[in-house]
Amino acid sequence: MAKQSRSGNRSHPVVLRRDDLDRLIGLLLQRGFAVIGPTVRDGAIVYDRIDALAELPAGWTDSQGPGNYRLERREDKALFGYASSPASWKRFLNPPTQRLLQIERRGDTYELQADTEAAPRYAFLGVRACDLTAIALQDRVFIGGPYRDPGYQKRRASLFVVAVNCGAPAATCFCASMGTGPAATSGFDLLLTELIDGEHRFLVQTGSDAGAELLDQLPHRPAEPADLASADALLAHAAAAMQRSLQGDGIKDLLYARAEHPRWQQVATRCLACTNCTMVCPTCFCTSVEDTSDLHGAAQRWRKWDSCFTESFSYIHGGSVRTSIAARYRQWLTHKLASWWDQFGSSGCVGCGRCITWCPAGIDLTEEVRALREPEVEADRHGH
Amino acid sequence: MQSADPMLPQAARVESVRRETHDTLTLQVSPLAGEFQRFQPGQFSMLYVFGVAELPISISGDPETCPPQSYTVRSVGQATAALVAHQPQAWLGVRGPFGRGWPMQQARGRDLVVIAGGIGLAPLRPVLYQAFRHRGDYGRVILLYGARSPEDVLYRQELRRWEQQPNTQVLTTVDYGGLNWRGNVGVVTTLFRRVRLEPAQTVALVCGPEIMMRYVALELERRGVEQKNIYLSMERNMKCGIGLCGHCQFGPAFTCKDGPVFSYDQLEPWLNKREI
Amino acid sequence: MAIENLEVVLRQHPFLQDLDPQHIATLVSCTSNRSYGAGEYLCREGQQADLFYLLREGGVALEVHLPQGGGVRIATLHEGDILGWSWLIAPYKWRFDARVIERVRALALDGRCLRTKCEEDHELGYQLLKRFAHLIERRLTATRLQLMDVYGSQKGSTGAKR
Repeated sequence: MAKQSRSGNRSHPVVLRRDDLDRLIGLLLQRGFAVIGPTVRDGAIVYDRIDALAELPAGWTDSQGPGNYRLERREDKALFGYASSPASWKRFLNPPTQRLLQIERRGDTYELQADTEAAPRYAFLGVRACDLTAIALQDRVFIGGPYRDPGYQKRRASLFVVAVNCGAPAATCFCASMGTGPAATSGFDLLLTELIDGEHRFLVQTGSDAGAELLDQLPHRPAEPADLASADALLAHAAAAMQRSLQGDGIKDLLYARAEHPRWQQVATRCLACTNCTMVCPTCFCTSVEDTSDLHGAAQRWRKWDSCFTESFSYIHGGSVRTSIAARYRQWLTHKLASWWDQFGSSGCVGCGRCITWCPAGIDLTEEVRALREPEVEADRHGH
Repeated sequence: MQSADPMLPQAARVESVRRETHDTLTLQVSPLAGEFQRFQPGQFSMLYVFGVAELPISISGDPETCPPQSYTVRSVGQATAALVAHQPQAWLGVRGPFGRGWPMQQARGRDLVVIAGGIGLAPLRPVLYQAFRHRGDYGRVILLYGARSPEDVLYRQELRRWEQQPNTQVLTTVDYGGLNWRGNVGVVTTLFRRVRLEPAQTVALVCGPEIMMRYVALELERRGVEQKNIYLSMERNMKCGIGLCGHCQFGPAFTCKDGPVFSYDQLEPWLNKREI
Repeated sequence: MAIENLEVVLRQHPFLQDLDPQHIATLVSCTSNRSYGAGEYLCREGQQADLFYLLREGGVALEVHLPQGGGVRIATLHEGDILGWSWLIAPYKWRFDARVIERVRALALDGRCLRTKCEEDHELGYQLLKRFAHLIERRLTATRLQLMDVYGSQKGSTGAKR
């Protein structure tokens, strides 16, 4: 039975120096973790394999807006001074392409083999509160139902999470109104709050025995009231700086009842059904299964990310059920904000704002919800 | 036995094949090793055709004489054509059974009114097997069956046998009679006039094309059967059968695990919304 | 059959439910009891449509006859069904053949006589037309559904849940 560490638990946060974060990364690597963290590549801050602190996006921030993403230099050297990445952590826990099984011909019979490849043990560095909630939501989908995905279960069981509190929300963020941030509250092994007033340091709280044990291996000092005050101020500032909000009251019944609202037709004039939103959304989980075979008598079954925005998504003999883009947009939004409640007991949206940023048409779901709350008026049918 | 990995099929073989009509076949399938999990009437399996595809197919046999397990398949596309081309000894992968089946428990002591359209009779056949095997558990049994034409009528011999069962009515009709058909012509809803329903005693089980099910449900309601006593078997795109791929959603329901059988009071708010 | 019995039969027929007793009496004067054996025709396409039938027992097939001989069955009617509304609509000619498939007992109502009575008593006319409109709506809906060919290979079920 693991002992409850005294240092770093919720009631006794500690402080880590900036450079000691490199030692944290080193320790994780030593223990065989593949460390995934933020790094600058191709004009964006993406989550990928990192080996050292030097690879983190020091002094970078992201400027986001509807259909808009740009990196900008900060005046300081904050390591986590940005909001969100184009892709989320889901591509590690639920990879875009997974081989499910191989089937080989053996005479007049076939041999089935599930993929038992060992997944790397991941350590995520820099998970925001919104993304922590998203991981918990995907846990409900993949390992919380009557049928569990063994691959996800394996990857999830060995996961180590270093979360980071948010100090600089992007213009497209709305986690505060979704109740999912900016402060992280659970789902992490370690929680960092980056403080750069005075010494560049991190306030560290543990969220698990594993986190506490790792923290014990790093030099740290107890947090002082000034450190705590700094952290609180940062979070308060982040919450107040949110530029968007999504009103969730009664949203489920509203969306169910407004399936024929003219707004769906209106958004369909802008939506390209490009599927970007579903790719960047940290909770979207739809997949498809593809069959391939080679000339030597072997076949494979592959699971791949899919999107409800494609026309073939809802295909049954004779045609697809959702042929219009209006119906497909409606399916996505209704599933995310309404059906998710009936299916999984919570909203499916974590307020990360990625769908707003990465939509080429700049469609903003907070705006769509606002419009859908308007009563259906005849005038709306003309697209006003 | 169902493997711990719900996406791993069980190896099976086609024991025999029975041609039902020009485009429809019933496959009798047995596992290569171990057993199939016992199924409830209305459940389906995911059948894997090597290198081609996996399809959700309703189990159409008798739960109590399994194995072999029966699947009645109509050829309408590449994947179903591949299944229908299976010969005895052909290899198959099977996952399942999945889904919520027909409310056999709720129907005990009540009249079973079974309304089938086209291949919709296949997922309902297990209901009739069970009802006639345990005749005393149910009240009257009424089967109303509509097919496209006389050539498309399924399970003819069984229809005749079921007609002979006590306290049982079997009425068949076709949309197009052709030159030699001596039976009823007209859509399946026209058969309602020929039977006396006791609405409070009735549990109605409906399966067929969605349009047909909508009209049948309306007709049942018109005749006083309450929505909660009417059950429909829905059909949507399925890639996994286990509620993880998201394709089969119909409103908030996953057809594969909350259905495919749903009560009409659950479905009614969604059935007449377009493109759900 | 005695006239009072006919009145009872008419009054009890679902098609004429809630009709004013006075109107029932009018109808009785135009009603007669008929029976037909299997294979006989109640009417043929093109013939003058002076009658319509309330089927009490048996089965009738509506058919369209083919140039090559024989008929295509397009609908079947049984006990409780109404056969014929062509008496209401000019040129008052039957559109289909109606052939007995199971021995039929029916009430035959004289359409020509009724047309005159309806012209005189508009209330009677309205009550009958209301009922026929309902009947025609149900037949039309059923026919449209039949036309949809829902079991056809494009839109029909496959046995597959996909």
